[in-house]
Amino acid sequence: MAFKTIIEDGIDILVAGAGLGGTGAAFEARYWGKDKKIVIAEKANIDRSGAVAQGLYAINCYMGTRFGENNPEDHVRYARIDLMGMVREDLLFDMARHVDSTVHQFEEWGLPLMRNPKTGAYQREGRWQIMIHGESYKPIVAEAAKKSADKVFNRICVTHLLMDESKPNRVAGAVGFNVRTGNYHVFKSKAVIVAAGGASNIYKPRSVGEGAGRVWYAPWSSGSAYGLLIGAGAKMTQMENRIVLARFKDGYGPVGAYFLHLKTYTQNCNGEEYESNWWPQLQEMVGKEYLDPEASHRTHRPIPTCLRNHALINEVNAGRGPIHMITMEAFQDPHLEEIGWHNFLGMTVGQAVLWAATDVDPKNENPELTTSEPYVMGSHATGCGAWCSGPEDISPPEYFWGYNRMTTVEGLFGAGDAAGGTPHAFSSGSFTEGRLAAKAACKYIDDGKAEGIRVTDEQIERRRAEIYKPMEHYRVYRNEITAGSVNPNYINPRQGLDRLQKLMDEYCGGVTVSYMTNEKLLNIGLKKMKIFEEDLEKIAAENIHELLRAWELKHRHLTSEAVMQHTLFRKETRWPGYYYRGDVMKVDDENWHVLTVSRRDPETGEYTMEKAPCYHLVEA
Amino acid sequence: MPTFVYMTRCDGCGQCVDICPSDIMHMDSVVRRAYNIEPNMCWECYSCVKACPHNAIDVRGYADFAPLGHSVRVQRDEEKGVIAWRIIFRNGEKDMTLLAPITTKPWGQAIPQLADEAEPSQEMRDSQHLYNEPKYIRLDDGGLHTLESNGLKLKEGVYY
Ligand SMILES: Cc1cc2nc3c(=O)[nH]c(=O)nc-3n(C[C@H](O)[C@H](O)[C@H](O)COP(=O)(O)OP(=O)(O)OC[C@H]3O[C@@H](n4cnc5c(N)ncnc54)[C@H](O)[C@@H]3O)c2cc1C
Ligand code: SF4
Ligand code: SF4
Repeated sequence: MAFKTIIEDGIDILVAGAGLGGTGAAFEARYWGKDKKIVIAEKANIDRSGAVAQGLYAINCYMGTRFGENNPEDHVRYARIDLMGMVREDLLFDMARHVDSTVHQFEEWGLPLMRNPKTGAYQREGRWQIMIHGESYKPIVAEAAKKSADKVFNRICVTHLLMDESKPNRVAGAVGFNVRTGNYHVFKSKAVIVAAGGASNIYKPRSVGEGAGRVWYAPWSSGSAYGLLIGAGAKMTQMENRIVLARFKDGYGPVGAYFLHLKTYTQNCNGEEYESNWWPQLQEMVGKEYLDPEASHRTHRPIPTCLRNHALINEVNAGRGPIHMITMEAFQDPHLEEIGWHNFLGMTVGQAVLWAATDVDPKNENPELTTSEPYVMGSHATGCGAWCSGPEDISPPEYFWGYNRMTTVEGLFGAGDAAGGTPHAFSSGSFTEGRLAAKAACKYIDDGKAEGIRVTDEQIERRRAEIYKPMEHYRVYRNEITAGSVNPNYINPRQGLDRLQKLMDEYCGGVTVSYMTNEKLLNIGLKKMKIFEEDLEKIAAENIHELLRAWELKHRHLTSEAVMQHTLFRKETRWPGYYYRGDVMKVDDENWHVLTVSRRDPETGEYTMEKAPCYHLVEA
Repeated sequence: MPTFVYMTRCDGCGQCVDICPSDIMHMDSVVRRAYNIEPNMCWECYSCVKACPHNAIDVRGYADFAPLGHSVRVQRDEEKGVIAWRIIFRNGEKDMTLLAPITTKPWGQAIPQLADEAEPSQEMRDSQHLYNEPKYIRLDDGGLHTLESNGLKLKEGVYY
């Protein structure tokens, strides 16, 4: 095929994926590495890419130390209880102690932050959330990254990381292709910061047909942050900890501002409060340590998100759905009504479209809520991602191997969804993690750790052949059939995605089985996953756009397999409401108060699983 | 759909093609105008709608749950730094206009050129500080939080 090979050599820091994590990394890298060559490779257009493409109405992670509101350790306590104990507290504390400086800069750059007219502090939506007019959040942070990088390559789908051939387990750059020209791009780089985002669409969504793109996390979030790292043999953690979200039905409109700022609440179909009915039964499952409604009430310690999902799911299964969000009271106040609508327009326009289309005016009618299909991401209320080193002044030895946010592959860093065990970072925390990773990557290079990197033409050619194989496969087998998409020699990316979603849904606790799975199901699922992997070798791409979808699917596949392996390994139900292991329906702190760590052998595809200690930095 | 392009308004400028995060706005080679090639990968994010200089792109809610006859239109003005929305319900009973700021500063000008900043000292490099810290953390004299400064210590890891 007549695609050119374009080699970008002598890069110091390559940022793969420039959403919130990647823009933070590119920005900060310029300060610590003034003379360094910083390059961004982004799948879409950096101005509107990633989860924040359409904007956000709140920054969900801000301490407000400046206003005497919270300290980093408070945030660690909060994230820890929300995740049923399982977090990397060193990484969380580190993110939290820097995040305010990120937010203060955003304001200086022109992001409109709302202020509380009485106190002068930022307008709080909840204890950790502040309200913004964030429609242009992404273009603003993109400006910062563009000003800092030497070059920005838009529309490059990064498919693989390059590995150093003079030293095992050291990164040497990345390769990919331009989704518009088809050209093959090679980036030789001393360090790589992966911030390519979490995974939507690995589970069968509730939406079907034309609407299949209406998922909670953006449909272009292809799990590349995980696919790239797993493919390079980096260790991953907490991949079983996927998230299910309670959202407005069909539109997936956010509920945070509704609950926290507009003071709306939920009821079952009979107009009753239902959550507390489920606490006694649930307390037996998870123990008083994780669910103590009385103490929660006294101390304002929140009830973990997953447990609130559990109540919603079970109430619906008991035949008392739908669950309604009671908006009719709050919306009588015109100011609150306006905030309610802006909340969607600033970040989930589809919800406004839905209500306009179905004549649901939340002022006169209480809208329905439901739970979403599961997602895999490491920056929201979940901690999936790479097993990364922490900062030197906080981390215990098991968590520290020299450079902050460096994965177990040398010179390879992660931020945002890519970094594991750091939930509740959200947008501001992801940007902050990018900054932390960038400083550490500069240090790694200055310490001479990236000397003598070698990438042979053989490696570059091998990857080239691999990348275009789906197009080659299509060319060879296309004419065996008359017309249409049914071919005995291949499946196309959409057909592959449908298969993956069905597999994950039915065997790994998706929405059609009420988030239930067990060891038997997982073992069958893993077997089918291996066969699916064989078929992925025969995926066919009719054009470059389909080639993009083919590689997204391959990254989704690697992500999904890791989710299954982790779910099988952790023999307990740690997060009821996110998923259930039907064969072990209890939290088992005695055996499983640990972080799970996996590694996929890049050569054989074999998984090794281990337990890692869960250190607590602060008293509860 | 969910986005679609009005034939008479589009002039094929390509701005929507340039911006779509999902790579699904493409040019039709026959009529030389843009269209959505893969509606089931559209997030209704409105990035293309906002980018189109001719208001040629509209959204028709997802066919699997949204009835016809509604309208959510938008205009984003970078110079004035505002965005305007108009929402019209299907039954015509609600017709709302909402306005919001998108930036408080002219684009790009408030973002520091980090290459022009003074070279960080070795002490800064060895510290845990990021750019503009500690000042930017609290905007007062307070320094970076450490475990010691906050009276914390690592409790032993739990390992079973
Ligand atoms: C609906 C929704 C609501 C949210 N609400 C809030 C909120 O109110 N407040 C808040 O603070 N946070 C919120 N979040 C969370 C926040 O958006 C994420 O935490 C954050 O964006 C994660 O940053 P990231 O850099 O890891 O991923 P992203 O920002 O998604 O960036 C990933 C980037 O990688 C690129 N990419 C992907 N694959 C490749 C590849 N193969 N090659 C090259 N580039 C690639 C993508 O195009 C993208 O630009 C919300 C998220 C969603 C989806
Ligand atoms: S609404 Fe968003 S995803 Fe859909 S076509 Fe436009 S830019 Fe692309
Ligand atoms: S931006 Fe508007 S005018 Fe330009 S190609 Fe797209 S639809 Fe047509």
